[in-house]
Amino acid sequence: MLAHIGYGALLLTFLLALYAVAAAVYGALKGRPEWVESARRAVVLTWPMLTLSVLSLVALLVTNQFQIEYVASVTSRAMPLYLKITALWGGQAGSLLFWSWLMSAFTFAVMLRSWQRDREFLPWVIVVTMVTLAFFLSLNLFVENPFARLWMTPDGRVIGAMFRPHGAVPFTPRDGNGLNPLLRHPGMIAHPPLLYAGFVAFVIPYAFAMAALITGRTDARWIHITRRWSLAAWLFLSLGLILGMRWSYDVLGWGGYWGWDPVEVAALLPWLSGTAFLHSVMIQEKEGLLKHWNMVLIILTYALVIFGTFLTRSGVLSSVHAFAQSAIGPLFFGFIGITFSISLFLLMRRWDDLKSDMRIESLLSREALFTFNNMVFMGILVVSFWGVIFPILSELVTGQKVTVGPPFYEKATGPLFALMLILMGIAPLSAWGFASAKRLGRLIWIPAALAVATVVVLVILGVRSVWALVGFGLVAFVAYITLGEFIRGVRARMRRGEPVHVALARLIARNRRRYGGYIVHLGVIMMAVGIIGTHFFASETQATIPQGGSISLGHYTMTYDGLQEFYANDGRHVARAIVSVYKDGKKVATVYPRRDFYLDSQQPMTIPGVRSTWLDDFYVILVDWQPISVQGATFKVYHQPLVNWIWMGGIVFIIGTLVAVWPEPDPEEAAAKRKKKRATRQRPVPRSARA
Amino acid sequence: MKTRWLWHVLGLLVVLVLAWGAWGVAPAHAADPTPTPVITDDQVNAVAHTLYCPVCENTPLDVCGTQACAQWRELIRQQLQQGWTVEQIQQYFVDNYGARVLAAPPREGFWWLAYVVPPAVILAGLYILYRTMKQWYRPRQATAGEGEAADAAAASPSENAASSADDDYLRRLEEELRRRT
Repeated sequence: MLAHIGYGALLLTFLLALYAVAAAVYGALKGRPEWVESARRAVVLTWPMLTLSVLSLVALLVTNQFQIEYVASVTSRAMPLYLKITALWGGQAGSLLFWSWLMSAFTFAVMLRSWQRDREFLPWVIVVTMVTLAFFLSLNLFVENPFARLWMTPDGRVIGAMFRPHGAVPFTPRDGNGLNPLLRHPGMIAHPPLLYAGFVAFVIPYAFAMAALITGRTDARWIHITRRWSLAAWLFLSLGLILGMRWSYDVLGWGGYWGWDPVEVAALLPWLSGTAFLHSVMIQEKEGLLKHWNMVLIILTYALVIFGTFLTRSGVLSSVHAFAQSAIGPLFFGFIGITFSISLFLLMRRWDDLKSDMRIESLLSREALFTFNNMVFMGILVVSFWGVIFPILSELVTGQKVTVGPPFYEKATGPLFALMLILMGIAPLSAWGFASAKRLGRLIWIPAALAVATVVVLVILGVRSVWALVGFGLVAFVAYITLGEFIRGVRARMRRGEPVHVALARLIARNRRRYGGYIVHLGVIMMAVGIIGTHFFASETQATIPQGGSISLGHYTMTYDGLQEFYANDGRHVARAIVSVYKDGKKVATVYPRRDFYLDSQQPMTIPGVRSTWLDDFYVILVDWQPISVQGATFKVYHQPLVNWIWMGGIVFIIGTLVAVWPEPDPEEAAAKRKKKRATRQRPVPRSARA
Repeated sequence: MKTRWLWHVLGLLVVLVLAWGAWGVAPAHAADPTPTPVITDDQVNAVAHTLYCPVCENTPLDVCGTQACAQWRELIRQQLQQGWTVEQIQQYFVDNYGARVLAAPPREGFWWLAYVVPPAVILAGLYILYRTMKQWYRPRQATAGEGEAADAAAASPSENAASSADDDYLRRLEEELRRRT
C-alpha cells in the first residue's frame, strides 16, 4: 500500500512537472499570465507530492518491508533506525528520488518569492527547473524505481517490478543486504545530501540565466536575484567536499583525505566553475562587464552538476564511489548533450545583446586580477576534467583502461593552485578600475617582508624542503594580506571611537559579502597549511609486532597492548586493538584501531585509532592480527603533521560563506524604506492627533 | 723412469687442482643459499604505492584491504628479495594486468594525449586571454594629480581611510560612520 502511495505521488509529480512546463511555455508565448500562474501553482505542488513519496519510502525502510527491492538492498533488521532513514540516499533509486525531492524543495522556495519585478523570468525559470525535475523523475519512474517489489518468476528467478509479472508470485526475503558499510559513517551520512544540495541549488541560478537569455533581459538582475542561491549552492558543495574528505580520512583507512578518485574530482568540477562564477559575477555587478563569461560559467556549472551526478550514478568510471550502477548512463548523457546544446544556442542568440564596453585600465586592477583568477580556476578545471574522462577515452580508443591518479593531478594542478593563492592574496588589495604597480607594491611590501621573515623562522626551526618553504611563504604572504585588510577596516572604524571588538563586529556585519569572502580566504589559507604539512612531511611505517611490542615513527612510539574481539549489537564482528601512544617517551593517549566485519553485507571496514592535536595526527591502522600466533598483529602507522588545519580551515571556510550568504537588505528596498520613513517624519502631525 | 716421474707430477697437479676446486667450491656451497635479504613491509609498501590494485576500483595497492592485494604485496616482497628493481616489478604488473595498474598513464602512443592536451588547452586559453586583454586594455590617461593621489594613499597607511577615493569599501565605511555621528 505504502509503495503504491509513493509511486502514485511520484507519477503525479512527474505529470505536474510536465504540465508546468507546457503551461509556462504557452502562457509566456501567448502572453497569458493566468497560464503562467497555473504553472507556478503546479510547481508549488510538486514539493508536497514528492515529500509524500519520500516519506512513503522512508516508512518502508524503517519498517523492514523487505518485499520492496530497494529496501531489501540497502537495509537489514540489525541496522539502527537512523541508518535506515539515511538509507534513503544509500542506493541508486533512493538517491535519485532524494535528488528530485531537493530539486522540488528549492524550486518551491523560489516560487514563493515575490515575482513582482521579475515577472518575465517566471515562466522560463519554471521550464528549466521542471524539465530538470521531470528528467530525474523519469529515471525513477522508468529505470530505477524505488518502489518496485520483489517477485519470484516461475523459473525461480527473483526480480523487481512494480506490477506482477506474468506467472510470478510475491517474494519477501527474511532479511535485507544492509547498507554498504562505507556509508555508515556520520561523515558519509551527511556528505551525499550536502553534495546533492550543492548540485541542485546551482540549478536555480542556471534557470534564471536561461530565463535572462530567453527574455533578453540581460542586465545583472538575474545575478542579483540568484546571488544568495549561488552562494548557498557553493556552501553546500564545499561542505559536501570537506565532509567527504573527512569521511575518507576516517573510514577508508589509508591515512589520506583526497585521493583524486574520479568521483571526488567529478564533485570538484562544478565547485571550480562555481567558484570562478562567484568571483566573476562581482565584475558584472560592479562594472557591468564579463556578461558572456558569466553565462558560460553558469552553463558549464549546470552541465558539470549533471555530469557529476551522472558519474556517481552511472558507474561509468571505476571508482570507490560508484556504489550503484545501472543502465541510466545513456539517458544522462543524452540529457547533458541536449541541455548543453540548447544553452549554447541561447547564448549565441543573445551574444550581441550581452556585449559591453569592456575596458581594463590597468592589468593590476581588481577586475583584471579577477579575470586572471578565473583563468586559473579554468586551468584546474581543464586538468581535472581531462583526468576524469581520459580513462573512458582510453578504453574507447585503445580498449585498455588506464588510471589517472595523484601523480598526474598533483604535478598538473600544483603550480595552478599556487598561482591561485597568490591572486587570492593580491586581488583584494587592488582597486576597481585602476591600480598601479607602484601603489600595489607599496601595499604588499609589508606582508611580503613578513612572509620572508616567516620562511626564515621556519628554516631556523629546521624546515629544509624548498618546496614546502615556498608553499609556507606563499601562504604566509596571503595570510598577512588578508589579516591586514581586517586591520585596515578596524582601524578606520576605531578612529571614530569604536572599541576594537565592536569595530570588528560592525566591520563584518556592514559588509558581509566582502568580509565573509576574506574569512573564506582565511579558511583556504588554513587548509593550504594542512595540505602543505601533510604533503611534504607525512611519514608512515608498517610492521608486525607481538603483544607488548612497539613501533616507532618520528617522535612517536606505539605499543600493542592487546586485542579484543566481540559482536556488536548492530550486526558487526569487531576486532579491536588496544594501543598506547607515547610521544618522546611520555604516554599521551590510548587508541583503538579496529576492523569491523559487517555480517549482513559480508564486508570489512578498517577504522583507524587516531591521536589528534592541532600540530599533528598519529594515525594507527590494524592491518591484520593473529590472536593465537606469537606474531601478534600488523599495524600501519601514519604521522600526519598539520592535518587538522584542513578541518579547522574547513570550519572557518564555512563560517565565512555563512557570513557572506547571510541576507542583507536589498539596497533598493532599503532606500525605499528610508525614503518612506523620512516622509513620515516630515509629514505635519494632524491637529486631532496633537490633541 | 722419466715417464713415471711425469705421471707423479701430473697426479699431484690433479690432486692440487681438485683440492683447490674443492676449497673454492666448498665455501660457495656453505654460503648457498645466499641469505635471503629481509624485505620490510615499508619497502613492499613503497613499491605497492606506485601501483594500483588490478581488480579493485581506483585503490592503490599499498592500502587495498582485499586478500588478492595482500597476495600481490607478498609477490612484490618475493620479487624484491630476488633483487628485482621497482621498474621491473612495475613492468611485471603492467604485462600481466595492463596499464591500469600504474598511477598515471604510460607516456607512450595514445596515452601521450593525457599529458599533451591540458597544457595545450591552457596555452590556447592564455592566448585567447592575451588577445582579449589586448582588446580591452585602454590605459588611463592619468593626470599627474590622479596618479599621485593614488600613490599617496598607498604610501601612508594612516591616511588610507581618509584618502579612500580608490577604495569603494572605505568610502562606504566613511559615509556610514558620518551618518551615525
